[in-house]
Amino acid sequence: MNRSRPEPVQVVKQRRDGVLRAMVEGVPYTQFLGIEFERRGDELTGVLPFKESLIGNPMLPALHGGATAAFLEVTAIITLSWGLLWEDMESGALDTASLDAQSLPRLPKTIDFSVDYLRSGLPRDAYARARINRSGRRYASVHVEAWQDNRARLFAQGTGHFVMPHRQE
Amino acid sequence: MGPVMNDKIKRASQFIQALPHSVALGMELEDLNAGTAVIGMPYDAKLVGDPRTGVVHGGAVSALMDTTCGAAVMSHPSNPAGTATMDLRIEYLRAATPGQRITTTATCYHVTRSVAFVRATATDADTDNPVAMATGTFTAEGKP
Repeated sequence: MNRSRPEPVQVVKQRRDGVLRAMVEGVPYTQFLGIEFERRGDELTGVLPFKESLIGNPMLPALHGGATAAFLEVTAIITLSWGLLWEDMESGALDTASLDAQSLPRLPKTIDFSVDYLRSGLPRDAYARARINRSGRRYASVHVEAWQDNRARLFAQGTGHFVMPHRQE
Repeated sequence: MGPVMNDKIKRASQFIQALPHSVALGMELEDLNAGTAVIGMPYDAKLVGDPRTGVVHGGAVSALMDTTCGAAVMSHPSNPAGTATMDLRIEYLRAATPGQRITTTATCYHVTRSVAFVRATATDADTDNPVAMATGTFTAEGKP
């Protein structure tokens, strides 16, 4: 049998975490909101750690609907982009060693985004996970769910459509 | 507009201008009157979504849309005591020009006993070509 040895786990982790970091940390607005991503294999979870500047109504208090919308949209775009980059990242076609926000391939653009507010966002950390329902050559449709204390008890969900970047041949 | 409504608008203005997230994004209330709200958001480096072009992130436009729509509901003559977003859909027509202020105008065009319906348009300096449009459904709380 002629099978190449699997890569050392540290090499794999460093490559994948490095690409994810370049995607997330390179965007000022994502940094401003404080959004982070946790990764298990190719599965991503967006995390929005609570801070006072995310509050909308201070009487309740509740997360601002705009902060929630932005969190869902960021999670959708990052998850979609991650799926697009995955193959090139794993095959070595993408130079992952020197990757930063400036050298990152073009990312999808939002066409429309619709948010369904199910209950008010509490003043604590929020989590989100996106599912790519369709990823075609030109368009993609992504659904994203956000929760706080209980995974099954969503506080918001959203659906967005995206135009895919032109692939350089 | 009677003195009672005037007072109501004043209190709504103060409330809107004190929302921590809106303050953090630099939003400025420009007009609030009988179901119509205008809020501006000056360009700032922290709002950028694409570092290569300097274009503002869609999420920041969403936050501006949501705030302006909520403000429009608060100022509606039917006098809702409070409001929360139920549903908001945004269409991103084009990238906002980097460096330019984004201004959103929202109109609350119908209110039932418990629901308010709103539409909004966001523009940059080229006011004839909107940057984004929004349609929202909001709760209308504390109505008789």
